[in-house]
Amino acid sequence: MSLEDAFADGPAFIPYLAAGDPDYESSLEYVEALERGGADIIELGLPFSEPIAEGPTIQNAVVRSLEGGMTPTRFFEFVEDLDVSVPLVCMTYYNLIYRYGESEAQGTSDASSAERSSADCRAAEPRDDGEAASKGPRPFVEKAASVGIEGLVVPDLPAEESGPLREACDEFGLDLVFIVAPTTRGERLERMMEQVSGYVYVQARLGTTGAQTDVSDQTGASLDRLAGYDVPKAVGFGISSGEHAERIVRSGADGIIVGSALVDIVAQGHERGTDPEAVADRLESLARELKDGAVAGTSQRPPHPERT
Amino acid sequence: MSTDGKFGDYGGQYVPEALMPAIEELEDAYERYVLGNEDGFMDEFRTRLREFGGRPTPLQRADRLSERYDREVYLKREDLVHGGAHKLNNALGQVLLAKYMGKDRIIAETGAGQHGTATAMACAHLDVPCEIYMGERDINRQRPNVFRMKLNGSEVNPVTVGRGTLKEAISETMRDWATNVEDTHYVIGSVVGPHPFPSMVRDFQSVISEEARTQAREKMGRLPDSVLACAGGGSNTMGAFAEFVDDDETALYAVEAGGSTLDVDEEAGVAPNSASLTTGSEGILHGARTTILQDHDGQIMESHSISSGLDYAGVGPELAYLVDTGRVTAVNVGDDDALTAFHRLSQMEGIIPALETAHAFGYLERVAGPDATGEHDGLGEFVVVNVSGRGDKDLESAIEETYERDIDIAPNMDEFTGGL
Ligand SMILES: Cc1ncc(COP(=O)(O)O)c(C=O)c1O
Repeated sequence: MSLEDAFADGPAFIPYLAAGDPDYESSLEYVEALERGGADIIELGLPFSEPIAEGPTIQNAVVRSLEGGMTPTRFFEFVEDLDVSVPLVCMTYYNLIYRYGESEAQGTSDASSAERSSADCRAAEPRDDGEAASKGPRPFVEKAASVGIEGLVVPDLPAEESGPLREACDEFGLDLVFIVAPTTRGERLERMMEQVSGYVYVQARLGTTGAQTDVSDQTGASLDRLAGYDVPKAVGFGISSGEHAERIVRSGADGIIVGSALVDIVAQGHERGTDPEAVADRLESLARELKDGAVAGTSQRPPHPERT
Repeated sequence: MSTDGKFGDYGGQYVPEALMPAIEELEDAYERYVLGNEDGFMDEFRTRLREFGGRPTPLQRADRLSERYDREVYLKREDLVHGGAHKLNNALGQVLLAKYMGKDRIIAETGAGQHGTATAMACAHLDVPCEIYMGERDINRQRPNVFRMKLNGSEVNPVTVGRGTLKEAISETMRDWATNVEDTHYVIGSVVGPHPFPSMVRDFQSVISEEARTQAREKMGRLPDSVLACAGGGSNTMGAFAEFVDDDETALYAVEAGGSTLDVDEEAGVAPNSASLTTGSEGILHGARTTILQDHDGQIMESHSISSGLDYAGVGPELAYLVDTGRVTAVNVGDDDALTAFHRLSQMEGIIPALETAHAFGYLERVAGPDATGEHDGLGEFVVVNVSGRGDKDLESAIEETYERDIDIAPNMDEFTGGL
């Protein structure tokens, strides 16, 4: 099923978890619980050491997952081991995508740097441009496609720098989701909307990820700016309850993205040493609440013309 | 020099979308005020550098070093800039620019606290509220600088995630910026980050080489054969090099921190050095493509140096590019040699240098000193060393680190430590 199809019957509920948080096995269970709770698409975080777009909740999830041994290679195994049928989107930072070809090519740890370090005091050789040229994002995208990932979200890759990734995604049939901020308008918005596919991630407010007690009214304005574009609009950043979900869908969103509120459950379970099964149950029930909220939001929405 | 933010393949703008409008606004302001001197911005900047900052700094002949190394050794005395380091050149420029842009809040990251104190001084001077992000570990290592920032009226926000050092502080400042872009300017501390920061910080720092180039002609009637500067992010480095880049007769040496060893522990994700130019590889960190210390998956490694100002896993994209093209030679000096050089300069020239700066002198000793290793000496007859800062901030760590080592020329550390 393609990402866009996931929006076909009713609002899409798109939960996020960091893969491998807090450990590989529990994380598999947690992601599967999201599907039971009604997920239409699942965003899986591949943790990067410098997650500049994340608030404290997801930063800590990233730390737990990295400490649990998550790597790009493990991540792809994780996706293969997952028993879910909804489409999966990988959310990660560009350096991991960009470097993947290098690590594959070298297999083990960086031999050239070990060699360099043998001569403690030597100068850096001027690098030959041709030799240094990276294979770019293609190997990562090829691998992602081969394990069944449907799309990518890369928070530190603006449309201006996304050419090579967009090309690789086209080659291997992946969608590339862009994040539209409350400050994105005019030419920037257009450039982005030319590149986007699958859905747009509408960032509900400025700042970083994190659950909020209230949802922002910047959302309505963002949705209005996007009204003319024929691609599903999923709103995220701060949604934490069924009631939020309902309100966001009522104001015109085609889907909701929820991360920190779910990650909080994983974090609490980890801190308190809760049985993973119980944590999975709680994830499933919050997922269901969010999904039900989103569905309730549509029924109250003023009817709007069918998308073509 | 490029104004499109790319240096070969390096540079660019790899930032969250929420920051892009702020970055575009900054790009526009950079072009108008800095490059175009609109509303007399650069004139005011130069005046304030003179009157508040104490510029120009001297290019001083180092008599005893000249004798020791049997050549003309000159010191560009950035340690005499107000605050004790080159950092003010950039901080003053950016805070002033923020005022011209109508921003009424300043944020900045700091590692050792040098950039934080420079920014705090500039903000007090120009009357703008200021918040500094600093890793919790660095706060504990650099108490005096924390007090200096507070004395100047800035708030200091501890960063507790990760290892609590510069890398995390930069990430955290970017998060604040993404939340408050509309009224806030982020004063980045080196020639790193997304365009236009690397170019803009270089332009503010290039007053160093502009002065040095003229002073060299006045004193020696010619340009130097070589310029040496330490390199963390590379702002004093690019500042000292910028005006010499087109002078083919002047060799440029960027001296990185070799730390305790150039070997890398991939398993632990630790590089016990900060030599990104020498041992790093191409990647994307904090908004720019450049050379960085990363493991084979692309995770950023923890760096190390005896000098916290060099302790960073990346380096400015323009400097990385100039090394790739061969215009700049990247070399590195380890903790021990830097510390020895710290003592040597203190004793021979009456200048206690910052531990960062000491790395540059460590290289001079290695290729030209009495125990020269035979490593190629490309420095020539007339050498300029950029003294990026003074060492007052480092006294405590210099005493501790010296106590742990056996450094011939150091005074007896028992006097300071009471035997510990
Ligand atoms: C005195 C001094 N020199 C050098 C540096 C390194 O920074 P950069 O490489 O940007 O000049 C610092 C940073 O704190 C510093 O305080």
